[in-house]
Amino acid sequence: MKKIFLLIIMSCFNFLVTFAQSNNGVEMATGLRSSGKIYVVVIVLLIIFLGFIIYLFTIDRRIGKLEKKEKSIR
Amino acid sequence: MKSYWWKFLGAAIVFYTIIAGLLGEVPALPILHESIRNVYFHVPMWFAMLLMYLISVVYSIKYLGSGKPEDDFIAVESVNVGLIFCLFGLLSGMLWANITWGDPWPNDPKLNSSAIASLMYLAYVVLRNALDEEQKRGKISAIYNVFAFPIMIVLLFVLPRLTDSLHPGNGGNPGFSGYDMTGSMQWVFRPAALGWMLIGCWIMTLRYRIRKLEYHTDELGN
Repeated sequence: MKKIFLLIIMSCFNFLVTFAQSNNGVEMATGLRSSGKIYVVVIVLLIIFLGFIIYLFTIDRRIGKLEKKEKSIR
Repeated sequence: MKSYWWKFLGAAIVFYTIIAGLLGEVPALPILHESIRNVYFHVPMWFAMLLMYLISVVYSIKYLGSGKPEDDFIAVESVNVGLIFCLFGLLSGMLWANITWGDPWPNDPKLNSSAIASLMYLAYVVLRNALDEEQKRGKISAIYNVFAFPIMIVLLFVLPRLTDSLHPGNGGNPGFSGYDMTGSMQWVFRPAALGWMLIGCWIMTLRYRIRKLEYHTDELGN
C-alpha cells in the first residue's frame, strides 16, 4: 500500500515539473556545475580533508618516536 | 601501527569519494535532488561507528578472558571513536533532514533508536569514569559492553524494519538499490564506507597507542 502511494506521489511530481530536462524533470544543480562553482566546493573539501589527514599523519609519527624511545628505555 | 599502507589507502579512498561524490552522476529523484549525495558521507559515518563498536565488544570479551590492560584500552578507545562517528552521523543526518524533509528530527524510529544507542554508549564512558580500580573498571565496563552491543544492533536494524520509517530498507520502503536504479551510486558509496572505516581504525589505533604509552610511563614512574 505504501509503495503504491509513493509511486503515485512520485508520478505526480513528474507531471508537475514542466521543464523538459533529460533527468526526468527533477531539477538538479546543473547551474552550479555549468558555472564551474562545483569545482571550488570540491577543492575546498579536498584541502580540508588533506589537512586533516596530514594532521593524523604527524600525530602518528610523533607517537612512533615516543614508542621507539620507550622501547629503548625498557 | 607501523604499517601505513592501509591508512593511506583509507585516505585515498575518501579523497576519491569526495571528488566522485560531488562531481559524479546521481539519480535525479524528487524531494532529494542533489542532496542524495549526502549518502556518500552520512551513511559511511554509521558504518565506521558499527565497526568501532564491533571491535570494542570483541576486545571487551577478550579482556574478560585475558585481563590484559591492552585489550581494555582497545575496547575503550574504540567506543570513544565510535561515539565521534555516531555524533557526525547524527549531525549530518539532522542537517540533511532539515533541508530536505523540513524537520531535523522527524521522529523516525531509526533516529530515535540511534539516539538511545548513543546514550547507551555514553553511559559506558560514564560508567568507566565512575570506577577507580583498573581491573574492576575494565571488567564491569566489558560486561556492560557485551550487553550494549546486541541491544544497539536490535535498535538500529531490527526495530526500524518493524514499523513506519523514512529510511530506505526500513518501514516498508525499498532498499537503497531501489532508488539507485542505474547502480551508479554504488561505485562511490561502497568505497566511501570502506575508506571511512579505515580512517576510523586509524584514529582508534592512534588513541590506543597514546593510552598504552601513558600507561607504561605511569608504570615506570611508580
